[in-house]
Amino acid sequence: MKVMITTNATLFKKYRDKLPESIVEELEEKTKGMNAKDIKRIAEQVLAEYIANQIQPGEAVGTIAAQSIGEPGTQMTMRTFHYAGVAELAVPQGLPRLIEIVDLRRKPSMPIMEIHLEPELRADKERVIEFAEKIEDVSLTEFATIEENFEDKEINVILKEDVLVEHGIKLEDAVRKLEKEVRRKAKKVEGNTIIFKPGFATLSSLRRFTERILETRLCGIKDIKKAVVLQEPDGSGWFIKTDGTNLKDILKLDGIDASRVISNDIREIYETLGVEAARNAIIKEAKEVLDTQGLKVNPRHVMLVADVMCYKGEPEPIGRQGISGSKSSVLARAAFEETVKHLHTASIRGHEDKLKGVTENIIVGQPVPVGTGRVKLGMKG
Amino acid sequence: MKGSSVYLNGKLIGFHQKPGELVEALKTKRRKGELPQELNVCYYSDMDEVYINTDAGRARRPVIVVENGKPKLTEEHIEKIKKGEIGWNDLVEQGIVEYLDAEEEEMSYIAITEEELTPEHTHIEIHPSLILGSVASVAPMPHHNSSPRVTMASAMLKQALGIYQSNFMQRMDTQSHILHYPQKPMVSTMQSRVVGLPRRPAGQNVVIAIMPFEGYNMEDAIVLNKASIERGLMRSEFYRTYSAEEIRYPGGQKDRLELPNPEIQGYRGDEAYRCIGEDGIAIPETYVEGGDVLIGRTSPPRFLEEVTELSMMEEKRRENSIIMRHREEGVVDSVMITEAPTGNKLIKVRVRSQKIPEIGDKFASRHGQKGVVGMIVPQHDMPFNEDGITPDLIMNPHAVPSRMTIGHILEVICGKAHSFKGTEMDATAFEPIDYGGIKEMLLKRGFRADGKEVLYNGKTGERIEAEIFTGVIYYQKLKHLVSNKIHARSRGPVQILTRQPTEGRAREGGLRFGEMERDTLIGHGASMVLVERLLKESDVIEQLICEDCGEVAIDDQIRKKKYCPVCGSTRVTPVEMSYAFKLLLDEMKASCIKPKLVLKDKA
Repeated sequence: MKVMITTNATLFKKYRDKLPESIVEELEEKTKGMNAKDIKRIAEQVLAEYIANQIQPGEAVGTIAAQSIGEPGTQMTMRTFHYAGVAELAVPQGLPRLIEIVDLRRKPSMPIMEIHLEPELRADKERVIEFAEKIEDVSLTEFATIEENFEDKEINVILKEDVLVEHGIKLEDAVRKLEKEVRRKAKKVEGNTIIFKPGFATLSSLRRFTERILETRLCGIKDIKKAVVLQEPDGSGWFIKTDGTNLKDILKLDGIDASRVISNDIREIYETLGVEAARNAIIKEAKEVLDTQGLKVNPRHVMLVADVMCYKGEPEPIGRQGISGSKSSVLARAAFEETVKHLHTASIRGHEDKLKGVTENIIVGQPVPVGTGRVKLGMKG
Repeated sequence: MKGSSVYLNGKLIGFHQKPGELVEALKTKRRKGELPQELNVCYYSDMDEVYINTDAGRARRPVIVVENGKPKLTEEHIEKIKKGEIGWNDLVEQGIVEYLDAEEEEMSYIAITEEELTPEHTHIEIHPSLILGSVASVAPMPHHNSSPRVTMASAMLKQALGIYQSNFMQRMDTQSHILHYPQKPMVSTMQSRVVGLPRRPAGQNVVIAIMPFEGYNMEDAIVLNKASIERGLMRSEFYRTYSAEEIRYPGGQKDRLELPNPEIQGYRGDEAYRCIGEDGIAIPETYVEGGDVLIGRTSPPRFLEEVTELSMMEEKRRENSIIMRHREEGVVDSVMITEAPTGNKLIKVRVRSQKIPEIGDKFASRHGQKGVVGMIVPQHDMPFNEDGITPDLIMNPHAVPSRMTIGHILEVICGKAHSFKGTEMDATAFEPIDYGGIKEMLLKRGFRADGKEVLYNGKTGERIEAEIFTGVIYYQKLKHLVSNKIHARSRGPVQILTRQPTEGRAREGGLRFGEMERDTLIGHGASMVLVERLLKESDVIEQLICEDCGEVAIDDQIRKKKYCPVCGSTRVTPVEMSYAFKLLLDEMKASCIKPKLVLKDKA
């Protein structure tokens, strides 16, 4: 038995250089207990398959990816429909969402988070609901009615006790928080009524002050407009789905499973977790759109798009503002959009076009450097 | 202001306390003739608004007024109509029939048949088929077809060739078709007779067999009998009118319609002018083909130059004749000399050509069953029945099930039954058809009641195993004729600016190899094919480029010297590039950018 293992180890050594680590590991795992001859046969076949599946040098991967996503995409335009769900929030589906992803909008039209909690918390529905209520961004308007006393230039904030209790806020805490937010001491507190006398002379400044009070957030996390509790698909408990995202602040909370907090705002992910996370988010979001629409697109194409968007260290949209607008070739940029602008700046700065890309070479009438145009004949001596 | 708002032609004109009574009052007044017949009212209870419309452009349709569950049109009226004592207008004036627009119709309760009438009903249809428009109601038995096919049939009816106007000989339409032997349909509708279609028909009754034929009627194609075509089936005449005006230019100059002088600039050669007379106009009944001049015309020079001698002016005129379209031929049919609205002399020449059905011409029945001719088969190769009858047309049975055009099948069998005595049949929408009668007619003549027949293979004489559904149906030749569309190019004219091939059939153009097509070649990595398509078959030039300054160089053929006009260097190399790229370089220079080409040997 012992001899077997050592021979296998040497056996796999040969493949470690030729195959990715993960594949070798899987191979080792699955061939446990087989004899060396069989293992060798399997490994050889795996290697052959691996090599056969590699992209050949000079393959026009970009064009193929574009076509592979674009072709089923044309079907999607017509099939986009809208849900009218209760617990499920309305997410932009299909093509509009896909455009949103590749355009890398500052805010998605429907920002959503999925927050999973620690194992001991997530089993108890009551505690999950409590957690959800805690993070919901609730402004003062829900807690209080506000009366403006223009005669005395005073503002009365009448807190609703029952709502306060529901959200587990003490009256004193509310008063303190409010005072901190508006940077004014309350004149006095009578029962559940807080009276402010900011001492403004004009009515309009008083009104502005009222508005500031109204905007005050008493509890919850900024931008989390709504949080609903849903059952985990595997039945292991409950998780929270929110309308509005705030990855940074949610991650700071106790009791969450930080590795399973998901936002659909790619820019936000980049800002809090970095490019790698953003790249993964792009792949995940784009794949989700294609999957829900029932389109079968090889994930490699989506990954290529994500890679192109992220290779600079910062996610960049596809289009004039991003990838297409920052190509190195003057001619390729001019051929895309804003022709004159690109030509003029190129002439002012004395740019040179090395004619390395596809578009440039088509313009000048040379073979494009992909496929058969990639290879060249050299002569010995 | 209290009450319902009242709008007249979309404008708020006032308020009314009892909108229901207002609407009723308006309707009664209209029926009495105290208000115009063109007026329509309706009350939206949810919005509490009364809309009165009297303006033009509303589609309206007539229905019979119903009061207390009784139509106002009685037996008495019908008797009088039959005797010719009263007419349609009398019914409208008496308020028996009224026209509803879309809005008022929405607020009415219209019964379709007299049996279903209840006291709640406000109107009753004159005939159920009146829900269809004038075009849709021409197609027979639409209630037996699926709605998309009815729509398609209505669209194609308008493309059918026939006799579109009886004065077509006098007309000078830019394009027109006349069917040689139009027939009135054996199966027609009430509306088509009212419209007068039987007097100017657009189609022919053909003998049809529904069976596959050696694969030549796959994918909706149809097979035609050559002998039928030779007897004139679906033959048509195509007229095209060319025109030329003697335009006056500022400065007293004007075009001249004449036989151009051979010395003129742009003279097309004697051959091209062979069919025009001394007056510069084509002579009727002469054969003409692509490139022949139909109207000779000369124009003054485009740019006014300094005129030193008066006689010089004459020779500078340029040729500006109207020529026959490329790849078209025909006979000059007639010539018209008249005056344009501008007061200039105007000449129109009409050329006629016969269009015999050929492979690629489009045909359709009145049930949205369209197809192009896939094969023309000699009569002796067509299947025949025991009487020796061969079909004129063979349609593929695959065209039927998925389209659900039962009307087509019914028309075939009805047409067959009525063809024995040449009787006509009514197949108005929603009218029941007397299938029993049809069956009887068929059986009486010794045919099977289901319309099927035993046919024999025309080539081998063997009996075809399946019984073939055969009959007579009305087919239309549609205006899409291949001879007016066919187009191919290997070499040909190029654009002046880019030197790329021209676009479009009229200019003998190439087919565009567009961006997406380009992408497919890139995707396949077929670089050399790309160069061939985009450059070699388009606008290649060998341009001399200066190796020192990267500018476009000159080949002075007189001095036998190749040099760079910018830096004077003689180190110049020919570079293969597209003319469009050279143009791009020129245009960049024109906008103050100096492009420079750096040359390198091919690695």
